[in-house]
Amino acid sequence: MAVKSARETELYHQLTRALEKYKGKSGVLIAALQEAQQIFGYLPRQVMIHVANELTIPLAEVYSVVSFYSLFSTVPVGLHRLEVCMGTACYVRGAEKLLQGLQDKLGLKPGEVSADGRFSIATTRCTGACGAAPVIKVGDELYGGMNEEGLDRLIKELKQ
Amino acid sequence: MPRLWIDGQELEVEQGVTVLEAARKIGIDIPTLCYLKDLNAPASCRVCLVQVEGRPTMDPACVLEAQENMHVLTHTPEVVAARKQMVELLLSDHPFECLTCERNLNCELQRLAKRFGIRDIRLEGSRNHFPVDDLSPSVVREPDKCIRCRRCISICEYQQAVGIYRMIERSFNAVAGPAFNGSLMETPCIYCGQCITVCPTGALREQDSTARVWEALQNPDLHVIVQTAPAIRSTIGEEFGYPIGTDVTGKMVAALKRLGFDRVFDDCFGADVTIMEEARELAERLERGGPFPQFTACCPSWVRFCESFYPDLIDNLSAVKSPQQIFGALAKTYYAREAGIDPARIFVVSIMPCVSKKYELLRPEMNASGFRDVDAELSTREFAQMLFQAGIDLRKMPDEAYDSPMGYASGAGVIFGSTGGVMEAALRTVYEMLTGEELEQVEFPEVRSEEYKDAEIQMGQYRLKAAVARGTGEARRLIEAVLKGEKEYHFVEVMACPAGCVGGGGQPIYIETNDWNEQVAHRSRRAGGLYEQDRRKEFRKSHTNPSVIKLYQDFLGHPGSDLARQLLHTSYVSRKLYAPEPLPRKEHKQKVQPL
Repeated sequence: MAVKSARETELYHQLTRALEKYKGKSGVLIAALQEAQQIFGYLPRQVMIHVANELTIPLAEVYSVVSFYSLFSTVPVGLHRLEVCMGTACYVRGAEKLLQGLQDKLGLKPGEVSADGRFSIATTRCTGACGAAPVIKVGDELYGGMNEEGLDRLIKELKQ
Repeated sequence: MPRLWIDGQELEVEQGVTVLEAARKIGIDIPTLCYLKDLNAPASCRVCLVQVEGRPTMDPACVLEAQENMHVLTHTPEVVAARKQMVELLLSDHPFECLTCERNLNCELQRLAKRFGIRDIRLEGSRNHFPVDDLSPSVVREPDKCIRCRRCISICEYQQAVGIYRMIERSFNAVAGPAFNGSLMETPCIYCGQCITVCPTGALREQDSTARVWEALQNPDLHVIVQTAPAIRSTIGEEFGYPIGTDVTGKMVAALKRLGFDRVFDDCFGADVTIMEEARELAERLERGGPFPQFTACCPSWVRFCESFYPDLIDNLSAVKSPQQIFGALAKTYYAREAGIDPARIFVVSIMPCVSKKYELLRPEMNASGFRDVDAELSTREFAQMLFQAGIDLRKMPDEAYDSPMGYASGAGVIFGSTGGVMEAALRTVYEMLTGEELEQVEFPEVRSEEYKDAEIQMGQYRLKAAVARGTGEARRLIEAVLKGEKEYHFVEVMACPAGCVGGGGQPIYIETNDWNEQVAHRSRRAGGLYEQDRRKEFRKSHTNPSVIKLYQDFLGHPGSDLARQLLHTSYVSRKLYAPEPLPRKEHKQKVQPL
């Protein structure tokens, strides 16, 4: 087992403190995992084990939830996670082409992180913004009416 | 009391009864697959669909509560077609390996395919391919055969209180498994094998040790001896058509001699020695004043449970090894000396109702004599398999006797195989040890129960508080009560499996019922043969067994002597629950899929 860096040790301390309020309560796993993901950026194996041990929940239960919900990631994600909406409306208005374009421009596949750690690509279910289809979601921001030029603009904007 | 009609027949049932149970009362057997009454009812397989008049879609009968004025149709052409299609869908993502599958002819999915007369596979599509996990010494998991019934999840979580399984991943890739779909070795799995006994298919099975035993039997340089666990003699008969619980000890011994074992010994002799040491340990704790309770440590799954979940209590575990290991250690020292055989040439096989014993014999500390205590273990199922391979029909065997000097056991040693048996065996010896008086009434009905039981027994100056926990789930509840100070005990027996070793993970798999309580009752009935044998024994207390007396006179000295401690006592470790890194996996050749 690799030795934890000082930075990692601090993140685990932060996680332990964050989990304190969930102990002994039921129905808190998703909230606890969301907080863990905010702290670490994603949910690696060690973090899931930490959550399971702290909350005395079986690890299989933690993994069951993490592997079910697409909002949880078990691999590192970029600073900007570009989620292409694959809902019906976006799909018929060219979401697939958009996804391909994004992959070509960034040289990435869904689930990968760019070398500089800035970008990763994902797909998402309907974001509810069908009127603006096709849509790309970055963090809490939605970018509607996306096309080839829109992608270029977006990437340029995020690089600054 | 709802009144309803099933296929036109009117009946009244208790509130809360399902349509499945109601139908059964009037002789209609609605097929099930995932369902195991009172343990698992996720309604995931959908083979119990029925049509309720006035409802737009069919409902699964296993979770459909009977209601007033309900009109249920259980075998219209549409219902039968729908059920058949559910089975076909399951088969469309199931390996067609029936011929080479451990559960061939004892598989619930196979049985359904036969029942529905499925002759071709109309539905074809994607198939899941998951890695096989055969890293653990006890349990092999082959998720490609998983039908997502969730029984393994339920038994591990609710019955055993271990909880290593969940539904993982999503959609078509969803499967029942441990975290990360990793190896059981990365989890606190206790290797009890209860998941194997309820798995409807071959997705879970034991590690096969038959090849290793055949090889030893073939090797002219080895002196191969076998010990048979208490719970085997009343269950191996099931595989040969005997009624449940028939004691076939004599025939079993004869069959083992014909298989080619050089000596056939009784593990109950080891059990008697366990009692000698464990009773002495309890007497010492009573004098010292603790730590209490003293937990029995005959069951390796329970030991692993304690080491993983309650590491602070490992000093409460009896320091005495299990009968399997005691027998092995004595075979390679005492027996080797008596028979004049080099212990390096002795190969000890044990036949156990258990898959966890495969793990126990590999524990690094189990080699106090300088040799592995035990070299290989066979479950009851594997033992039957070897007899089938050899063409030895148990029913045609004469009754033969065990060999000496490790073949005679007291009645106390025999009842080890039943829940409460170890406790009762120990009480028979502890009583005389503490009071110096002879115990007239050797049976302790206080600890013979199918329910969780605690008892107080006056023994000389001590009022001994004892309890028996059947299954680790019950053990967990008991420990929590003790830790909270609600309960107080001196001596606690824990067996990991429901009904004790007669219900062990290595016993014959019984698929004739979809009711968990009936399963447990079936297992408990197996113990009848053991109490029967106990009553017939001339010596019913471990310390009166002449072979045991001779062992202490000629070899060990007295219980708790230096030699006894060296060979027959052991130690425990505190364990982490989860492996921080995944274990390297073996490459498995992808089996040919004929479709």
